[in-house]
Order: sequence, then structure tokens, then C-alpha cells
Amino acid sequence: MLLMDSSKKISFNRCIRDGDLVIIYERHDTMKAVKVCENSVLQNRFGIFKHSDWIGKPFGSKVFSNKGGFVYILAPTPELWTLVLSHRTQILYIADISFVVMYLEVVPGCLVLESGTGSGSLTTSLARAVAPTGHVYTFDFHEQRAASAREDFERTGISNLVTVGVRDIQSEGFPDEFSGLADSVFLDLPQPWLAIPSARNMLKQDGTLCSFSPCIEQVQRSCETLRSDFTDIRTFEILLRMYELREWKIDHSKFEDGSSIAYPPCKRRQPSSEVSVGENTSSPAVVARPSAETRGHTGYLTFARRKCDS
Amino acid sequence: MSESKPESGPVINPRVTCEGCSVLLDINDGDRLVFARLSAGSTLKIGNKTYSLQPLIGCPFGSLFQVESGKEKPYLSRFVPPTEENNVQDEGGSQLQEESRDNRAIIDNNQAQTLTGEDIDAMRRQGATGNEIVEALIANSATFDKKTQFSQEKYRLKKQKKYAPRVLLRRPFCRSICEAYFKKYPARIGFLRVDALSLLLSMANVTANSDALVVDMVGGLVTGAVAERLGGTGSVCSTYLGGTPYPIEIIRMFNFSDEICKRILRCSFNDLCSVQIETGEQVSQHEDDCTMESQSNEKTSLSIGTEDVHLSSNNGDTDLVPENKLSSSSKTCKAPKAGEKAPKEAIQSWKENGFSSLIIAAPEQDAWGLVKDFLPLLTYSAPFAIYHQYLQPLATCMHNLQLEKMAIGLQISEPWLREYQVLPSRTHPCMQMSGTGGYILSEFQVAQLGDPPPPWVNLSRNKNSDRISNRNFWLIFQWLNPRPCSLSMVSGKYANWDCAFCIG
Repeated sequence: MLLMDSSKKISFNRCIRDGDLVIIYERHDTMKAVKVCENSVLQNRFGIFKHSDWIGKPFGSKVFSNKGGFVYILAPTPELWTLVLSHRTQILYIADISFVVMYLEVVPGCLVLESGTGSGSLTTSLARAVAPTGHVYTFDFHEQRAASAREDFERTGISNLVTVGVRDIQSEGFPDEFSGLADSVFLDLPQPWLAIPSARNMLKQDGTLCSFSPCIEQVQRSCETLRSDFTDIRTFEILLRMYELREWKIDHSKFEDGSSIAYPPCKRRQPSSEVSVGENTSSPAVVARPSAETRGHTGYLTFARRKCDS
Repeated sequence: MSESKPESGPVINPRVTCEGCSVLLDINDGDRLVFARLSAGSTLKIGNKTYSLQPLIGCPFGSLFQVESGKEKPYLSRFVPPTEENNVQDEGGSQLQEESRDNRAIIDNNQAQTLTGEDIDAMRRQGATGNEIVEALIANSATFDKKTQFSQEKYRLKKQKKYAPRVLLRRPFCRSICEAYFKKYPARIGFLRVDALSLLLSMANVTANSDALVVDMVGGLVTGAVAERLGGTGSVCSTYLGGTPYPIEIIRMFNFSDEICKRILRCSFNDLCSVQIETGEQVSQHEDDCTMESQSNEKTSLSIGTEDVHLSSNNGDTDLVPENKLSSSSKTCKAPKAGEKAPKEAIQSWKENGFSSLIIAAPEQDAWGLVKDFLPLLTYSAPFAIYHQYLQPLATCMHNLQLEKMAIGLQISEPWLREYQVLPSRTHPCMQMSGTGGYILSEFQVAQLGDPPPPWVNLSRNKNSDRISNRNFWLIFQWLNPRPCSLSMVSGKYANWDCAFCIG
């Protein structure tokens, strides 16, 4: 997924190869991760797709099934991975992930600690940010979940940047070997305040911490704990509002009072057949409005910085 | 776990200041933000006094400084706040139910404070510290005891800010730089809020070894943010239309190492597009243009030794003027040069391999006009992200991209960011928030054109319209007739096509 090896770098000369992880795009909400295997096939409602047809094609290509149906083959990115990964837990989405990476000031070479690993959605983006020389150590108390996460990181090719440990951070804290070495710590735990003292010991001076909690009571308690050794404590909520487009045809044929009528937006998102070139009375305009249904809450992000005491 | 030893990579951004480095000074908890370059001669003005920044050299980022009244003149001194400080707030939380005081006895008649300005000046002359003055003000306030605990805290903080201002030494990161500009000079960065910037970087999949193409008309903020994510690998090409590169002076605020600086290159759109390798003559001509530009750029940006981004309104317009002109001593330790003209080999490599991501932050430009020109420069399946402060140009752009089927997974999103005040029993969203952080048009990846679909699909697509013409419909129908079971599949495919290109 990441451009660790320049020979694997996707370029005009690099096409889909046997063994590549690709994202099969049917539509914006139907995607799937597939490992290309020469003798394998992909079967879905559009028909049967032979993997061997894909090999040698550029990423982003449209490929056809035996029945003429098609899908797109995309190169994996952390953003796409977040949309296709198997949800073993509630996951973080792009708005929170992007903000966390930026606000924690994660840059190449950083050492980042994370708990819990969950489904590895954020971990993948953290790995992208610390590459090529940094490392993410992520911990989950659930052995099976940790193993699945490890498999996923192997699949996405970031296992050299991520180490998954099985450990209950709330009760045991982070391992002492990281004491004073971490640039950033990320906590997604039910009782983050229990892990904050350990997180403080892991952090370098001026190192950054983020705690993600869905409930305000968790935030309240975390902030009270943070006040003793941390500074710059700030809590945010971030959401993304998505827009949908419509073509809106305004009829310029005037009423007698001079006002013009606007037709309701046409439902189809493609130019419709009613528009013929000869008709000058109506001209289409593109209008946008927020999607009717949207996510109203993900969680509160609390950031803090370890105090400088020497 | 134990066998994998944590390695520390190369120092990308040092944690301790040094002479000549760029710092962000946060005065009184975010009231004022000032960019400065540390040198023996650099100074900072707080109120009507000037302080040397010398004591800040060699200190770890994150250190706090407080004004101390020295023998001759006041100076900045390292300050470690006592950890007990927060106990006051904790008590506040537990005692909240017992709080019976309120503001019924507070009368605004300007007589509560018995200490006069002359008294305070006299205290100062006798060498009283700022904290002592604050305590004296509290002791002489007739109403302090009548205030609730919360407003007592507020009062103390207000006086501390005035009589014992604190300066926090911040590490300039793209986060802090973006926040500082957004607070004071939002227009200079095209109203690009920090969360929108973070989304641009994610959506464009910027990572080590990327070759990122940016159209940066926000002063270099995006170019710098990308370079920060590259960490001295790959390349970022800041491209421009016409003969003059866009200014990228904000890059100077980042403490970039030489390794990172040399990954920041500039190249005109014409040079990127010219099919043939340029002749030496053309290159040198462009080089001349560029050096002239970068020199003049330097003149304007270098004169800003301390870029002041303060927020206190009582300072009025004076903060628009840089506080101190660059002293001769700091001229010798200017930031290494970033944004050199791209060498021929780099341009050649970009042409052969394509760019792996594209970010456009051109708040005054037509998004569609730019993107249709730049897309062909991107490699297979490269993602792009376009920022605009207005929605409509992105809506038009997205619509056109859909019609031209140039991208997969198009979407327009608008980030919304709300900060909270979290205090014992007083948690609520902050009273003020930013109303807009702009809009982002993104896509998963660029669609590959020129891949021949089955012939009947081509027949059905009309170049100017996506409608199936009567003739084509007839052809398809002919084709379908013997296999009626396929009909649902085809309509499904069309539905899919609509979704794929429209909703994104």
C-alpha cells in the first residue's frame, strides 16, 4: 500500500501484477479488497471476472466480466482500506483519522504508541505518516483481534512499520521499553484516564497525546487526569458534511409578471434526454446540497501535550 | 515485542531550539501568536516593552517563559508552573454544589480596586514581580471575595496575563502554522482551516516517497505541509501557470532540514507539459526568471524577521507591521532555500512516472480549469484533492469530471470542527467557532481512459451526451433480444455507471 520499495511504486510503467492487493470498486458504497492471483476469479452480481485479465492493466482500469458487467480496479490507499476492512470493532473514519494524524504532529520517523488496535483503521494511516523510518506500536488486549490485525497489516504491506502487541494497557500500562521514547500516543479505550499516567511516562517532553472517546463523561474524566502532567489540553469534535449534486434546469420563458419558473431538480444525475440542443428556453445549472442523512457523532478527540519539566 | 527495538529515525524536526531556527511564540495562552527566528539580536515586544529572545535559544520546545523584572530591564525567564495549580480547579469541581456566591453583590461602579496605576508603577520600580502585583491587586480588590470561584479564577488569569505575561515556545509544525495564520491572516491561506488541510493530505495519499503535484496559491502552506509528510523523501512540485511562481514564503516558518528543503521544487505548468525535452536555451531562460523571482521573493519575505500574528484586538492595526526588521546577525542564519527550480532530471522523471498525488489549493481560481489540465500528469490511480473556499466552483468541477468520466469515487465534503471547553461541571462547546473551513473535492483515483470496452458499450455512449440514442438503443435491444435474462444486468450496469460517476 505504501511506497516503501521504489520498484513497487505505482507509476506509468507499473501495472497490476500477480500477488498485488487491489480494491474492486463496484460503486461508491460497494468495494472489496482482493489479492490478485493468476488462476483465481472474482464473482459478483455483474458476472465472473478472471484475475488473469487484470494482470498487465494499469490501476484505475475498468475490467469486464464474462457477461459484460464491469468493475474498476484501484490501488489500495489507507482511505480505501478504511472503507473495505472487516469491522471487528467500531472504527475511526477519515475526518477523525486525518485530524488525529495532523494534530498529533506525526511525521516520518516518529515513534507512535496506540491502544487499542481495534480493526486497524487508524493504525494504517499512522503507519503511512511515520514511514519510512518511524514505527507504530499498537496494543490490544484481545488476542484474536490482534492476530487478525497482524494479518491485515501483512496483507496491506505495512507490517514492517507496525508491531501489534497483546496487552491490556488500561491495567498494565505501556511496556517500559518505550519509556520516554514516544513522540505521540493515541488512546481509544473505555477508561482512558487509567492509561494516561503510563502514556505520560512513554512520551518525550512536549510529546503529544490524543484520546478518542464517544462519551462526554469519558472526556471529562480524562481531562481531569490530564491536567496534572499535560498542557495545551483541547477537545474537538469533527464531522464531514457530504454534498450531492443535481442538475437544475431553469426555464427562462417568463411569466407575465416577469418571474421565471424553476423546475425541481431532476433526479437523474446524468444529463437527461429532455435536453435537446435546439431548446434555448432551459439551461441546466449544477446545484449542490448537503446529503440528507449524515453521521451526527463519532467521538470527542482530546489532545494534550506533555509538560516540559526540565 | 521485546526483540523489536524502537528505532529513532533521523531527526526531522528538532525538539530543542538552536540559533537561527524558526519558532512560534504563543503569548498568554493563544492570545497572540508570533513567528520568530531566534538569534542573539532578535526581540519580542509585549505591551510596550521589548524582550530579548536570547534566553529561548537552546531550550526545549514546549518550554514556558514568564516576564521577570530584572535589575536593569525586564527579561524572559524559564518558568515551570507548579503542578498544584490545578488543585484549585479540582476543588472547584467538588465544591460546586456548595457554591452559594453569585453576582448579586457586584456593582459596576469602578471602585472595587483601590490600587492605582501609580501604586503599581511604584511596586514595579521597587522590583516587585508580576505575580506579586497580581496578588496585591487581588488583596486590594473589594469584590474578589464575593466572586464565585470560577470568576475568581478568571480574574486572576486576566491580571496574570497583563502583569506577568507568559510566552510558550512552540515547535512550528504545519498544524501550528496553519492555526496561527487561520486565526490572524485567514485570507493569506485562502481560509484553509487545519482540519481541511489535514483532509487534503489524507485524501491525496501523501506519504514518504510520494511525488506530489501541488497548485499552492495559499502562500506555501500546502507545499510545506506536503514536504513535512515526505520527510526528506520523494518530491513535491509546486507548479504554477504563467511565468511567475506563486509565493511560498510560509515554508520559511517550518524548521525544514536541508534534506527536506531540496525536495521542494518549483516548475511551471508549461515545462511539465512540454512533450519534448527542453533545449538548454529554454531552460536557462526559465531559470533566469525563476532566480529573479526567488530573489525578489526573498527580499520581501526575509524582511520579516518576526512575523507577528497576534490576536489581541487592543493592539489594533500595529500588528500588521512586522515587529522588528531583520537584524544583521540573523541574516547569516536564514532558513535553507526551498523551492528551487526543478532540474531537468526531476521533470523527466515526473513525465515518465507521473505524479502520485495532486492537491490544488487555489482559492481564487476556477477548479475545473486547473484540474482538467493537471489530471493527465498523474500516474495510474493517483488520488487528488481540491480545496476551495466556495462550493460552486467545486460543484461545477465535479459535474464536468463526471461527464468526462475522468475520476472514480468523486465527492464534495465540508469539514466541521467544534472545540469544547472541558472544565469540572462547566463543559460545553466553545462560544465561538469557525463557521467554515472551506470545501474539498476528492476522488479515490483517476480513471484510466483508452481501455476498450465491448463494442456495444461504445455504441451506446454518445460523445456529447450520456443518453442512449434511439439508434443505439435499437442496437442494444437487438443484442439483448436473444438473451432477455441479461436485461436486468444491463440496467443494473447503467445504474452502476450513474452511481460510479455521479455520487462518487
